[in-house]
Amino acid sequence: MKMTYREAVRQAMHEALVADPRVFLMGEDVGKYGGSYACSLGFLEEFGPERIRDTPLSELGFVGAGIGAALGGLRPIVEVMTVNFSLLALDQIVNTAATLRHMSGGQFSVPLVVRMATGAGRQLAAQHSHSLENWYAHIPGIKVLAPATVADARGMLAPALADPDPVIIFEHAQLYNLEGEPAEDGHCDIATAALHREGADVSLVTYGGSLPKTLAAAGQLAAEGIAAEVIDLRVLRPLDMATIFHSVRKTHKAVVVDEGWKSGSLAAEVLARLAEECFYELDAPPARVCSAEVPIPYARHLEEAALPQPARIVAAVRRMLGK
Amino acid sequence: MTVPYDKPFAQKLLFDMLRIRRMEEKCAELYGAQKIRGFLHLYIGEEACVVGVLHALAPEDNIVATYREHGHALARGVPMNAIMAEMFGKRSGCSGGRGGSMHLFDAATRLYGGNAIVGGGLPLAVGLALADRMLGRRAVTACFFGEGAMAEGAFHESMNLAALWRLPVLFCCENNLYAMGTALARSESQTDLCAKAASYAMPTLKADGMDVVAVHEAAKLAAGHVRDGLGPFFLELQTYRYRAHSMFDPDLYRDKAEIEDWKARGPLHTFSARLKAEGKLTEEEFLALDARAEAEVQAAVDFAEAAEWEPVQDLLKDVHTPGAAP
Ligand SMILES: Cc1ncc(C[n+]2csc(CCOP(=O)(O)OP(=O)(O)O)c2C)c(N)n1
Repeated sequence: MKMTYREAVRQAMHEALVADPRVFLMGEDVGKYGGSYACSLGFLEEFGPERIRDTPLSELGFVGAGIGAALGGLRPIVEVMTVNFSLLALDQIVNTAATLRHMSGGQFSVPLVVRMATGAGRQLAAQHSHSLENWYAHIPGIKVLAPATVADARGMLAPALADPDPVIIFEHAQLYNLEGEPAEDGHCDIATAALHREGADVSLVTYGGSLPKTLAAAGQLAAEGIAAEVIDLRVLRPLDMATIFHSVRKTHKAVVVDEGWKSGSLAAEVLARLAEECFYELDAPPARVCSAEVPIPYARHLEEAALPQPARIVAAVRRMLGK
Repeated sequence: MTVPYDKPFAQKLLFDMLRIRRMEEKCAELYGAQKIRGFLHLYIGEEACVVGVLHALAPEDNIVATYREHGHALARGVPMNAIMAEMFGKRSGCSGGRGGSMHLFDAATRLYGGNAIVGGGLPLAVGLALADRMLGRRAVTACFFGEGAMAEGAFHESMNLAALWRLPVLFCCENNLYAMGTALARSESQTDLCAKAASYAMPTLKADGMDVVAVHEAAKLAAGHVRDGLGPFFLELQTYRYRAHSMFDPDLYRDKAEIEDWKARGPLHTFSARLKAEGKLTEEEFLALDARAEAEVQAAVDFAEAAEWEPVQDLLKDVHTPGAAP
């Protein structure tokens, strides 16, 4: 059954709330407002204010409270409106959620799920356009998911909640209106990368909001007779490199598309691992299409120029193939 | 209470509010036409707050504002052309087209920006005030924020620092009762905001934010205290936004009757009615002021429309200051 990404996120949370009384949702405007991206519309009426908990503007406090609630036996889904505001909660996520299991010598696990919108593309300017998935993917002790499809938006929450450790789910704001099909049983794994399109000429590796752009680029390349393989990372920590190595052993060329800034990006990590493990398989220096190294500008034409776009992906592939 | 100002000053206050109102009504229209994009947070209904406060400040004072800051920029003296061009994303905008509606900056008038992170401006205001104090300048830093920001750690840390160090900060809370869809009583254990602020051993005052006279009188007192080196002051302006939080907000969490009640207290019509009753304004004068505001808005739109786009080759500029070591 076709549905939007937004509806898939909503259904996944609904299913979790119905299935497990320990699950509750907490965040700014998740209740009366129905979620700033309307992912929890109607939940307050159905589950009540204890389990659909509106919070004040206190990111550090309520994310930390989510950690405590998880320790105390609940299964919180904490919604941080966007990754931009998660910076106010970074301390609790990095210094507490990610470390508790290790620092306590394995005595305490933190079964917490944090969801947040991420990404640029709506002319929201520098403070509201971050793609900082990579910052979180840097941290041992947390798992990082980036659902890029309706199936993953629908399927990733249940295994994330079942995971005994903290999981962060990044929902790209440009994807909420995307339409697609969830898996028949609604489920999926949170361990592997996914092959979206097969091709023998080049491997395009991406995640999140850049997947539709990369698929569009692959379509254009096909029209030019270049067969691009498209891989969606899905899980940003830990990375499933086996799927990427497998693809590169076939195509011998890799381009990584990442909305993060190039310096210190997730794309850099993927390329480093390719260099370490797959160096002799590569027929050309691998390439990256990332955001330009500038705070995201407001003006539309400049924002477009700052972000990865299908045309830039196509150009990078052509350059690599000498076409 | 009669309006304690002479006719020119009273009309100036009215005109400043009118300019904000007319400009923002046009912004809403331009958003519909997709000339202005991104987030647009309108201040309509709250104009008395900024006009009353800014007329109590001096050119050497600093202003720190939020993403709902069109009125702050305009009342501070940023040309309407530059504000409108910014919202269009043009190079001649007050932030070069890079900031947009939420990030109006202007060094000439000491407007240190629209900050779109709730509470993000408060520590900045503390630092500006610290610089003034350490450099021996007798200036006030006015920091505007919504009541929603008072739940953030940044609020508490900033209040404490300012009070501890007796810094010249005028904290102006524009309490419009809602933080997006969250009503004050659903987000604060202590809904008396002055009581909350007073716990930092700082003087506080509430004023009717729908009445430009009440705001201005309170702001003169508060700014005087701060300027005299007596430390920070917390001013709560009780107000209401007539429009949705932003253009993305369906505004389903407020009672229509509540909105209508607040509209009956509208800062523009109540003030002009008082001035008329006191013989400080005629209907002809009002219409003339309004026509002037409308003409200024139209000129600003024409300016923004005709202004140039910045060339894409300049994308990477202004990330670092030119001349800095690479
Ligand atoms: C740290 C942070 N959290 C969340 C948001 C999203 N957000 C923007 S404005 C807003 C409501 C703020 O309300 P208030 O401070 O009362 O100011 P108002 O908008 O009413 O002027 C929210 C939740 C944000 N911009 N920054």
